[in-house]
Amino acid sequence: MNSEPMDDQTPSESTGGGQPDVSYPLAVNGVRYPVSAPSGALLLDVIRDHVGLTGTKQGCDDCECGACMVLVDGRPVNSCSYLAAQAQGRAVTTVEGLAGAVDLSPLQQLLLDAGGVQCGFCTPGMLMSARALLDSNPEPSDEEVRIGLSGNLCRCTGYDTIVAAVLQAAEHIDATEV
Amino acid sequence: MNNPAAADTASYNAAPFTIADNVDTALAAMAAGARPIAGGTDLVVGARQGKSPLPTMLVAIDRVPGLAEVRVDEERVVLGSAVTHARLMTDEIVVGDYTALADAAALVGSPATRNVGTLGGNVMNGSPAMDTGAPLVVLGAMIELTSQNGVRLLSPAELWTGPGTTAATSDELCTACILPGRPERSGSAYVRLEYRRAMEIAVVGASASVRLDDSGHLEHLSVALTAVAPTIVEVHSLEELVGRPVDERLLTDVARIASSQAQPISDLRAGADYRSHTVGVMARRAVDAGARRAAGQHIAVPVNRAEGVGRTEQR
Repeated sequence: MNSEPMDDQTPSESTGGGQPDVSYPLAVNGVRYPVSAPSGALLLDVIRDHVGLTGTKQGCDDCECGACMVLVDGRPVNSCSYLAAQAQGRAVTTVEGLAGAVDLSPLQQLLLDAGGVQCGFCTPGMLMSARALLDSNPEPSDEEVRIGLSGNLCRCTGYDTIVAAVLQAAEHIDATEV
Repeated sequence: MNNPAAADTASYNAAPFTIADNVDTALAAMAAGARPIAGGTDLVVGARQGKSPLPTMLVAIDRVPGLAEVRVDEERVVLGSAVTHARLMTDEIVVGDYTALADAAALVGSPATRNVGTLGGNVMNGSPAMDTGAPLVVLGAMIELTSQNGVRLLSPAELWTGPGTTAATSDELCTACILPGRPERSGSAYVRLEYRRAMEIAVVGASASVRLDDSGHLEHLSVALTAVAPTIVEVHSLEELVGRPVDERLLTDVARIASSQAQPISDLRAGADYRSHTVGVMARRAVDAGARRAAGQHIAVPVNRAEGVGRTEQR
């Protein structure tokens, strides 16, 4: 895992660039990474290019599709539109933080079993929104699942298998271990 | 704020990124040229779309404790500018007494947008399509702007000067939206036309605040319209409707008056004619829902979902 900023990366280029670097620790999945990046660097870019965790995806890069969804202090946030500097002192969770050392989390396994993963690009973001939903509402209705996942676009599945998997996860497992 | 000398601009260390933990720190940073950021859902997205580059100096205001509060202050309710849409749509006071604002907050973006996006951000971004704007107008909100020079209160009409522009100076921070107390037998609602149920921006929208008299007739009505003019606009000449029962005839008149006062543009979301017509439909639905709430009927937040606006086929 690379915790050093890469020289050839300019994470804030897309927000206008030119900001001076700021240094701070960033807690991702319980590990504190030293970050030195432009003040306008996006959380998505810092997670992928500085921390080196590439499970979080860059989709629309416009706060619409949810592929970049991570949790900040347990709440879903579009990391493409959230400054990394704003996450200092907060706990960031990415899709890499869901699975155990060997096994997938129950939610991940149920999503696979239900056929809720096709091309897979939306999957990390979908999982983070589902995780946040189940943490705050362990027994959601079908409608509540759809609202909970409403910021995550999927062009493959038609959503029904994903919703079914989240409802199954709510039914079969304790919310603390999804 | 109490002691401007303590936050002397000249001695302020102009850091590229400041996390403010109190209002004075935020105001000092802004006086030194920093722009405030809360959720970043407008500022960062706008920067990437090339509207304007991200400012080189930012001050994060989302951790200032007082700004994230909903507070009852005598007869008024003070909504801190960093209160999120997620909070507005569930807050007991907002849902109970200022329901139109909860309706609007619940329609914004997605759970992620609502978690970080704030009321102050929505207000100061000044979009004519902002969802919280029309409710703030009909609920009689005043917008509190604070700088090192003091505090001033502006009505929404004074604040919003055009699409994306406000009367605030660059060193002024929106610190709160202040709402007057609600009288008995009053209700409010916000309804919008949307093409999809998430990550949507209002095609048009309308908010209504209704007060009924003892006999259930209209005692007071205010209506404001979303996305049909350069700013959110209040509908005028509604006084002629006072005293009448809220029935089909009245709702038809509301729709006609609202449509006649719309001055929309045509863009990729809708044509001007379509906007003028549909904003009347939204206005009648908002008045209808607001009146039913005023009469004590429970309509869940948001009205769009409770009343099936934009409902898809049940699976």
